[in-house]
Amino acid sequence: MDIVLRTENLTASYDQHIVVKNVNLSIVRNSITAIMGPSGCGKTTLIRCFNRMHELSPNAKVEGKVYLIENTYQREEIDIYSLDPMVVRRKIGMVFQRPNPFPTMSIYENVIAGYILNGIKLKKSEADEIVEETLKKVSLWDEVKNHLHKKGTFLSGGQQQRLCIARALAMKPDIILLDEPTSALDPVATMRIEELIEQLKDTVTIVLVTHNIGQAGRVSDYVAFMYLGELIEYGPTDIVFTRPSHEKTEEFLAGKIG
Amino acid sequence: MGSYKLRILKSKIISVFLTFISIVSTIPFLLVLYFIIKNGISVINWEFLTTLPKPVGEPGGGILNAIVGTAILILIALVLSVPLGISVGVYLAERSNSKLAFVSRLVSEILQGVPSIVIGIIAYLWVVKPMGHFSALSGGIALGIMMLPLVIKSTEEILKLIPREIKEASLALGVPYYRTILKVIIPAGLSGILTGILAGTARIAGETAPLLFTAFGNPFLNFNILKPISAMPLLIFNYAVSPYEDWWAKAWGTSCILVIFVLFLNVTTRLISKR
Amino acid sequence: MANLSTKRLELSKDKIFNIVLGFSAIVLVLIGVGFFLSLFNASIESIKKFGFSFFVRDIWDPVQEEFGALPFIYGTLLTSFIALAISLPFSLAISIVLGEYFRKGLFAEILRYLTELIAGVPSVVLGFWGLFFVVPLVRELEIKIGVPPYGVGIFTASLILAFMIMPYSASIGKDAMRLVPDEVKEAAYALGATRWEMIKKVMIPYARSGIIAGVILSLGRALGETMAVTMVIGNYHGIPENIFSPGNTIASVIANEFTEATGEVYLSSLMYLGMTLFIITTVVNLIGRFILKKLQH
Repeated sequence: MDIVLRTENLTASYDQHIVVKNVNLSIVRNSITAIMGPSGCGKTTLIRCFNRMHELSPNAKVEGKVYLIENTYQREEIDIYSLDPMVVRRKIGMVFQRPNPFPTMSIYENVIAGYILNGIKLKKSEADEIVEETLKKVSLWDEVKNHLHKKGTFLSGGQQQRLCIARALAMKPDIILLDEPTSALDPVATMRIEELIEQLKDTVTIVLVTHNIGQAGRVSDYVAFMYLGELIEYGPTDIVFTRPSHEKTEEFLAGKIG
Repeated sequence: MGSYKLRILKSKIISVFLTFISIVSTIPFLLVLYFIIKNGISVINWEFLTTLPKPVGEPGGGILNAIVGTAILILIALVLSVPLGISVGVYLAERSNSKLAFVSRLVSEILQGVPSIVIGIIAYLWVVKPMGHFSALSGGIALGIMMLPLVIKSTEEILKLIPREIKEASLALGVPYYRTILKVIIPAGLSGILTGILAGTARIAGETAPLLFTAFGNPFLNFNILKPISAMPLLIFNYAVSPYEDWWAKAWGTSCILVIFVLFLNVTTRLISKR
Repeated sequence: MANLSTKRLELSKDKIFNIVLGFSAIVLVLIGVGFFLSLFNASIESIKKFGFSFFVRDIWDPVQEEFGALPFIYGTLLTSFIALAISLPFSLAISIVLGEYFRKGLFAEILRYLTELIAGVPSVVLGFWGLFFVVPLVRELEIKIGVPPYGVGIFTASLILAFMIMPYSASIGKDAMRLVPDEVKEAAYALGATRWEMIKKVMIPYARSGIIAGVILSLGRALGETMAVTMVIGNYHGIPENIFSPGNTIASVIANEFTEATGEVYLSSLMYLGMTLFIITTVVNLIGRFILKKLQH
């Protein structure tokens, strides 16, 4: 299997309160992995350990290892906690629960925000190309190509969220972490994001946190079920959904917990 | 049910009465405006704005020294208080719960309530006394200390309103913390910070008390910040308490300019902060 | 490797940035501490000579170098409290009108601007206006009631102070009134209360601590107000006989005499006055802000 990210005994806590317990998980390259579980099970914290956002919370602590395998052929495992967090976050992008385009920037600027804010100079033609290509990838180009210089905050919620996905994609990351990206959206916008996620897996590995069982079932190739900070079950989605090997997973899928 | 009708009537009468009282309470302001414009507007002409005062008895002359002085004093105050104020404001918003934040917030609140005359004493002790003479610099420092709490408070308050997700979005793109603050957070809060700076400028532009023994006043044009300097409020005070009718007229003219300037700043501040 | 070294640089810039932020907060604290220490240090001669008796001595004699703050403390408190008493009915009325009768709309906007903008008029301009408009009016009043017609004095200063502080208590009072939840008001209406009864029995008690905070904060303003008071209070060094007599406040004495003070004890006594004013206003302001903060939580 072509693994892109692997955790080893990953444990994370806030204020000595353990939220992720001893998780061992391998994410497959160019696949969609859904992490599901009832709220408060630690799924968001888990992915925030992947791009070192967890350590921004006050009194946060991380133990164990997270390895990134960037190259399919060399298979070199890089311990992301030995890198600068800024470097890690450029390799592993993130999209949040609420759409959060930068309020002072235009749609155009939002797409290349990662370059602008990191002080990476782009030629006009390069920038134009990245903007067009990325907006096409998130199927937003046709809707916004005539007002690229309007503020991103004028778009609808679903459009804003696709803009945020474009912003993460534009940095050409190895992995994109989606933290309940549709929880603030209406059903139609949700559907469009789900379609988009499926299209994207050819270019990027996707880790999707969701508390919505249906969503996990619809879009993911692999699914991990977390409960009270522990990884209970992990495997191909069709198997976990049809023949869960753990009682808790079955209860969750049946809607008895969560 | 007659008594109920009576009670409703009473309630109506009181509401009319209270509205009347609140309209009456605007009269002093309108009177001040009327007085200043009536006495001041005829004094203002090109000569008034562009020439220096003449000795008592000689007709003509203007208040150029005071206009330039006020501009220079405000500039010094801005240069001193804006960077420091924004920096402290960012610190308070970012390290909201630290002990240092608690103490600096307290100091900022205390400073905001300190009477302006006391701030004048401090600038005298810190700058005038060691230098041995009055100066524009000492006046600017006094005014800078006065506006500092306003810049701090408006910065802190607006930054706290910016959703945490905006900051996280930037950090998640691998943008370093300092760039996130400088390029994302501060621009997002710019209108609020500007409001604070404008409100601060409005507060200090008309201040006299802190300048009495710092900037002191100067009948000549001065651009050297190490020398005494005039200011519109100082000139109004000196001319108002003088026995010369011609100086009173000049004081009205100056009041008119100063009030229009300060009210303009106040109204602009309100309009921006409402948006 | 070049990439890696720029990364290190960014990290250290973050550190520098954090140090700058923390340092600026420390500078602010140092300004605050320095404020008090400088005032204390400059007052030390006078403190040594007069101690606490400074506050109860009724004498201000630069020639004999005998100083006491009593007349000025008295003048400060008297003008401030009279100003409060004059402004309170008006600021309460504005609070109720803007907090209940007219919460939105053109009338509310105009009223709010007109009542609040007077706080933006420079103190020296109000003093000047007071000198030429209020003083003659007060003089006429004094002739009518048969007291010496100075025109200037405690009462004139209090009147102008009242205009200046009214917007503060009105604005905070209005905010407090608007914080009263609709359910509470509706509960009163549901019991058959008229609008006025609701305001009197429900709104005002509910908003009480906000109104009090507004009054205390405007008191803090009044205590330290300098220019307008200096220009119309009459600059008299004794204890005023009645509210129409000339007097002095702590702030007006400092403004009048600071630049001409010769002699160490004289200047130091003015500093001692300044420190007294600093402490009084700080305590008053902190109490007001404390009440406001409790209200917001």
